Amino acid sequence: MKHPRLGPAVLLLALLLVLCLGPAAAEDRAGGGTLVVGSKNFSESRLLGEIMAQLIEAETDLRVERKVNIGGTSLVFAALQEGDIDLFAEYTGTGWSVVLERELDDAEPLRTYLEVDREYRRRFGAEWLLPFGFDNSYAVALRQDRAEELGIERISELSAHAGELVAAWSHEFLDRLDGAPGLAAHYGLEFGEVRGLEHGVAYEAIRSGRADLTDAYSTDGKLLRLPLRVLEDERGFFPPYQCAPVIRSQALEEHPELEEVLGALAFRISDQRMQELNYAVDQEGRAFADVAKEFLVQEGLIGGRAEKGESRHEGSFLGFLLGRMPEILGHTWRHLQLAGSAVLLAIALAVPTGILLTRKRALARPVLAAAGILQTVPSLALLVFMIPLLGLGAPAAVAALFLYALLPIVRNTYTGIREVTPDVIEVAVGMGLTGGQILRRIELPLAIRTIMAGVRTAAVIAVGGATLAAFVGAGGLGDPIVTGLQLADTRLILSGAIPAAILAVGVDALLGWVEGRLSPWKRLSTTGAS
Amino acid sequence: MIELHEVSKTFSGEDGRTVALDRVSFRVEAGETVCLIGTSGSGKTTALKTINGLVLPTEGRVRVEDRDLADADLIALRRRIGYVVQSGGLFPHLSVRQNLDLLPEIEGWSARRRQQRADELLDLVGLPPGEFAGRRPRELSGGQQQRVSIARALALDPPILLMDEPFGALDPITRREMHGEFRRLEAEVKKTVVLVTHDLEEAFTLGDRIALLDRGRLHQIGAPGQLRDQPADAFVESFVGTHLGGEERR
Repeated sequence: MKHPRLGPAVLLLALLLVLCLGPAAAEDRAGGGTLVVGSKNFSESRLLGEIMAQLIEAETDLRVERKVNIGGTSLVFAALQEGDIDLFAEYTGTGWSVVLERELDDAEPLRTYLEVDREYRRRFGAEWLLPFGFDNSYAVALRQDRAEELGIERISELSAHAGELVAAWSHEFLDRLDGAPGLAAHYGLEFGEVRGLEHGVAYEAIRSGRADLTDAYSTDGKLLRLPLRVLEDERGFFPPYQCAPVIRSQALEEHPELEEVLGALAFRISDQRMQELNYAVDQEGRAFADVAKEFLVQEGLIGGRAEKGESRHEGSFLGFLLGRMPEILGHTWRHLQLAGSAVLLAIALAVPTGILLTRKRALARPVLAAAGILQTVPSLALLVFMIPLLGLGAPAAVAALFLYALLPIVRNTYTGIREVTPDVIEVAVGMGLTGGQILRRIELPLAIRTIMAGVRTAAVIAVGGATLAAFVGAGGLGDPIVTGLQLADTRLILSGAIPAAILAVGVDALLGWVEGRLSPWKRLSTTGAS
Repeated sequence: MIELHEVSKTFSGEDGRTVALDRVSFRVEAGETVCLIGTSGSGKTTALKTINGLVLPTEGRVRVEDRDLADADLIALRRRIGYVVQSGGLFPHLSVRQNLDLLPEIEGWSARRRQQRADELLDLVGLPPGEFAGRRPRELSGGQQQRVSIARALALDPPILLMDEPFGALDPITRREMHGEFRRLEAEVKKTVVLVTHDLEEAFTLGDRIALLDRGRLHQIGAPGQLRDQPADAFVESFVGTHLGGEERR
């Protein structure tokens, strides 16, 4: 009968580890007659991936595997290079600036497309097929009534009235050189008033008449429903973000028919068509697969009834949630992975550190103070600090959550061991136990409950904090929250916030239960020795 | 055989240095029971702890079984010295059997031998194994805890037993009962015992010899009769006179 009370804790840790690392290890590269279609972590990319996937399934014998929501550009591009995916929808401006690291201001649409294709073939063993047709660039949108009143359709026509107009730019647009400052210089515009607002807030400001202009993505589905007129960028200020399938050359060699199959999509999706498709998934909450199928049927690209796409939720919030269940579960799983790996890493560092502090008490104060200071850094700021060090994506999020999780575990390990009655330790020493034996057989089992309480606190903090991971592109339940905030879509926000809250409560309850199970004995009350 | 030779111990704390032991020397012969007695702060517990190395002398030498503690392997030595403290010091997260098993298990005894030994020890201290082996320390009375604690100290059959106020936390009736038990046990297992107490009656009952300490100094060591009839100094005389023949006064 060894370490009787450590067993459950070790088991639990092992289980968490398997949960977190298992899927990554289990995933394997599809081969043979399989094609893997990937997508970035936003709906337009997923929808285009789904459209391509369904078209290939309908027109070839290939089995199509979907890897959705891989992450941002660099993660998806890395997956393509690794051969983890064969195909995805990419934007010329993104390939140009992010992958080839060229300056955007000398990007001209056709040249950009030809150049990225050439460079991808030469350097990365991938190629660009014909574009879908739309260009998801920035756009400037003017309130419909103002546009009519002033008779404005092009950006250049703004200059005469700029002084009377209030511009509500998103923060990102306000600061980017290819955003507001460049736009003002390029067209010679000086607006009466310029504000930096959250995107969702900017739309609200326009709706309520407090602002006239805002920036938008040209394929944003909301443009369809807001009283806005998208102005023509007739002097070509905004860099081109034409979207096209990017495919691994090797996959194309193995399945040359793909060029023709995907060619059917070339120039078939206009900006407005893309807006409608995005609207269907983002605003109506319809499933990607349904919207993709409806599109392909309407375009006559695959057979089948052009069913009028019933939005799956139609009014009821519960229906909306149920309709989004696959996405919600995916986000939840991702959320748990982020929080779980952060907490496991934190345990791995914090428990030994806590033990060390009980041995070198002079270190305790400075170390606990340092961990405490980390705790006071606002979580969003901590996340942002991680970006220069670790880039965007999961590593940055996990690192930030990890730093947050340290303090409660270090502190509770330290306190838990220090709280073990000194008499008990002295007896153990007097009996002839070595330091290691005392730690393993006496101190840790007696402190395990306190340590678990620290782990529990850390886990709840991590589960809560992981909602912010979406800001650095790491996914999780923050994704629908952030997207919902941008779209001013309360239901979407709730579809992330409710599961996140349930998850936090659930994790707290589960670990609370584990904590209670760890030491059914109560502390023996001891009187002091002489 | 245990020998303290000119042992001094000074603790330095916030309020300066405290002399806990001041050139204390005495010998304990094999098989003998010596009681260290004194008021609190007399240094009796400190003296006891120098024997198993829990306290390292500032000056002087401690020899146990003809080996100088300064050169000895403390872990190995401590496993030859049973240790019992006032509160029992049982490990609260382990059952009675697990408490008894701990050292034998570390020493690599087979499960069968450990089981046998634990049963034997519980029988020895008068706790039927069937009833008590599975209990946790908190499910035992103070007297039962103390019995388990003594059994645990005897697990590896050490030649020496150190006991720090082993019956101090017990009520007077249980304490008397334990005194009887202890004497029976002592006759059965024949150990060299050093026992710390502040109760002179207990010392007179249990000790072959008694060492009286006060403020770190050893005033007298001798048989109970010697302390009573031939006190070495005025302190011994007054201590014995005040404390003998009545309940202790705290």
